[in-house]
Amino acid sequence: MLVKFNLNGLDVEYVVKPGEYLLDTLRSHGIKSVKKGCDASSCGVCTVLVDDKPVLSCSLLTAKVEGHRVTTVEAIQEEAGKLSECFSKEGADQCGYCNAAYALMVHALKKENPNPTEQEIRDYMVGNLCRCTGYQSQQKAIKAYLGGKK
Amino acid sequence: MKKNFKVVNNLTPSVDGKGLMQGRNAYVNDLAPENCLIVKLLRSPHAFAKVKKVDVSEALKLPGVECILTKDNVPHVSFTRAGQGYPEPSPHDKFIFDEYVRYVGDEVAAVAAVNEEVANEALKLIKVDYEVLEPVLDFEKAFENASVIHPEDGIHEMFPIGFDPKKNLAASYEMEVGNVTEELKKCDVVVEDTFYSQAQAHAMMEPHSSFAKLDEHNRLVVYSTTQTPYHVRRIISKTLGLPVEKIRVVKPRVGGGFGGKQAFHGEMFVSLVALRTNKPAKCIFTREEVFGSTYTRHPMRISLKVGADKEGHIKAIDCRALSDTGAYGEHALTVFMIVGSKVLPLYNKVKAVKFGGQVVYTNHVPAGAYRGYGAIQGNYAVESVIDELAEKLHMDPIKLREMNSMKEKETSPIFEIMGEGTEGTAMIMESCKLPYCIKRGRELMNWDEKYPVKKVGDHKVRSVGCAIAMQGSGIPFLDMGSCTIKLNDGGSYMVTVGATDIGQGSDTIISQIVAEELQTTMDKVIIYSSDTDLTPYDCGAYASSTTYVSGNAAYNAASKMRERLLKEAAQELEVKPEDVEFDGKVFTSGEKSVTLDDLATGRMYNNDTRQIAVTESFHGKVSPPPFMAAFGEFEFDTETFEYKMIKYVTVTDCGTTINPALAKGQVEGGIVQGYGMASSEAVLYNSKGKLLSNNFDTYHIPSCKEVGELITEFADSYEPSGPFGAKSVGEIGIDTPPAVLCNAVYNAFGVRIHSLPITPEKIFEAMKAKK
Repeated sequence: MLVKFNLNGLDVEYVVKPGEYLLDTLRSHGIKSVKKGCDASSCGVCTVLVDDKPVLSCSLLTAKVEGHRVTTVEAIQEEAGKLSECFSKEGADQCGYCNAAYALMVHALKKENPNPTEQEIRDYMVGNLCRCTGYQSQQKAIKAYLGGKK
Repeated sequence: MKKNFKVVNNLTPSVDGKGLMQGRNAYVNDLAPENCLIVKLLRSPHAFAKVKKVDVSEALKLPGVECILTKDNVPHVSFTRAGQGYPEPSPHDKFIFDEYVRYVGDEVAAVAAVNEEVANEALKLIKVDYEVLEPVLDFEKAFENASVIHPEDGIHEMFPIGFDPKKNLAASYEMEVGNVTEELKKCDVVVEDTFYSQAQAHAMMEPHSSFAKLDEHNRLVVYSTTQTPYHVRRIISKTLGLPVEKIRVVKPRVGGGFGGKQAFHGEMFVSLVALRTNKPAKCIFTREEVFGSTYTRHPMRISLKVGADKEGHIKAIDCRALSDTGAYGEHALTVFMIVGSKVLPLYNKVKAVKFGGQVVYTNHVPAGAYRGYGAIQGNYAVESVIDELAEKLHMDPIKLREMNSMKEKETSPIFEIMGEGTEGTAMIMESCKLPYCIKRGRELMNWDEKYPVKKVGDHKVRSVGCAIAMQGSGIPFLDMGSCTIKLNDGGSYMVTVGATDIGQGSDTIISQIVAEELQTTMDKVIIYSSDTDLTPYDCGAYASSTTYVSGNAAYNAASKMRERLLKEAAQELEVKPEDVEFDGKVFTSGEKSVTLDDLATGRMYNNDTRQIAVTESFHGKVSPPPFMAAFGEFEFDTETFEYKMIKYVTVTDCGTTINPALAKGQVEGGIVQGYGMASSEAVLYNSKGKLLSNNFDTYHIPSCKEVGELITEFADSYEPSGPFGAKSVGEIGIDTPPAVLCNAVYNAFGVRIHSLPITPEKIFEAMKAKK
């Protein structure tokens, strides 16, 4: 089947198999920043934005994004770069496998709530697992990044 | 000894953080050719069975199936998936495919097909005739059980490790200093207790992945999420009978390892498929396979007797352990020995100490290397019993630790006795700020205010617990790292290392070490790791070796490059090398000078042209331990026994922190992983031996909401044998949370929880039993 949607600002038409998930569609079209971690919507590394809202692409049928806007980290390079500087300062970057998803989450959070408290950051990020950092450094980095934008 | 560091010990951004955040293709599955065959594994549904027949005829007829591997068509050479140096201290007890399957999830066959759907369909068409055998699912009943898990021929130990498969023994070990029985008799106070720890899962975010292809020289090229690329090359070579020079192993970016990717996973299968089909092949494990078919932490039972005089001088420790290595003996002996060798030396003033026990086979998921590597299991038991001893002595638990623990310039006889599966290496603690760590941590926690417990609400209390820990810095005389530095035109340096960055930041800290020694800036250092064709040997990322071993290799190479540059500049300036000064940019001798840029560019293009490059190596003659003191505060509900972490304070002595931000990341990441093991990571099997906790819904690793405030400090310390005074810091963070939480629960409720994870239900049961 043919699915039309907007990917990072460009209108695309992809032929997908019935039952194909957005994660697999994106990766097979070269968007490899979107990772597979659990394949069961429980780890967060496959996060993309659909109409600016975070969605787990491993469990979203590609057919469902027909007519919608899909954003991956490829579209927010400058922002991801700036966020990474905050991560680096806090010692929050390690293996990096979850980091592109973090950049998208922070992008979405900023739109919804530009000046969140620490608790609000935790509430927002709770579905994005990280086994490397212990989280606190990430929370501080996100706070510093959003604070710096004010 | 301290220098005024410019790059090392400064806030230096990681070399790769930005690119990874921006989503660059860097991981194995990002780099796999699009036309890879997809390799899927048929796995055993039985915990223990004899594989009588594997019929692949129907599966082979399925269009799109290109190759099926079974025990009938692959080499039958025993090896170990442990991913260790050579000869391995793990038994060679694994075959690519065997006539037995020994746990639910063990490999029976591999299918390579044009896509995942076809591969999965083909798996269903393979008919396997099993003779189901009685599994061993209780590790306390494994020794000399009627079910012998490894009855097969062709398995062996590489050197004596106590391997006795007919008794279900993968390894065993005994040591004693002095006479523990006699010393315990003389003690005024003796405490005895037994603790159980579980098969923690590594749960790194990137699943184990590999692909293989043949290059234009028809050499086998394997990309792997491995911590040990050189060991992967050697083991493929020996097992498949392919010469080393025909194999190239590349480790691109790895999405977390924690010991889990020291192991072999899909490499053997993708290699065989690529060699047989002449097509690239990839094998990406599902999350269920990561949980159920790689390896876990060794579950253990640890029994302790600790004796002291009435003033609180600990005189004797007797530690008996039983370890469950599951179906295969990966890291069986060495993890076991670390229970003793990286915990018991903390209490080095004893007159006698004894350690020993068995590592048994069971029909559980195999156990192997996992951050902490026995030390976390040992720490849970020892540091819990130390609190029990303090109570019996009516002493402050911190004071008891201060009185009895390791100090600078001291040693322990254990270092000489216990090594990596063999004898160890005697060493004096040239750097040990443990007393400071304890004192400072006590202040940061405001311990004296909070100990042991405070009521903070109608049914809420807050209590505190503490523990101390040590680890190592590589394996002396075995672990080797090396580093090549090549000068580029323009005066930048290409650094290639076998050291394996798996997310811990070794590419960054090695670049810092090189930049510091060559008095340059990070932008002039380009680093590449690791690739068996292109980078010099390194044992890999394990045993907390990278900062110390690979870091020393980088330091040696940079020093050599500096020496070499001075000679080149002296020739250029027509003076003696000892008369040349170098500030990182310009060589000067009196009035004469030449820039590094001009020298480097000239040597490449037009002035006595030659490549300026050096390679140096390092292996440790000691393994200086990092030390830590940890203090946790938790809030408990006195009705439901639910609890949360309020604060976790650690003060660590890892020598100089090469990159303070990354060192903090290592400690805090370790703490939260250890806290997961302590609090929530329950491992569940059904009665037939199938692992039920095999995804992130059934196996709960901490999320950001379960972590309290982390206060992470480092002691001012300098290890003379380390690069710029550094020791390693990758593992020690994980060691303390089980004991800290266990002690805090005791301080809150007066009950001791003897198994992990410590759940509200266990506290409730213990409270009931107490009444």
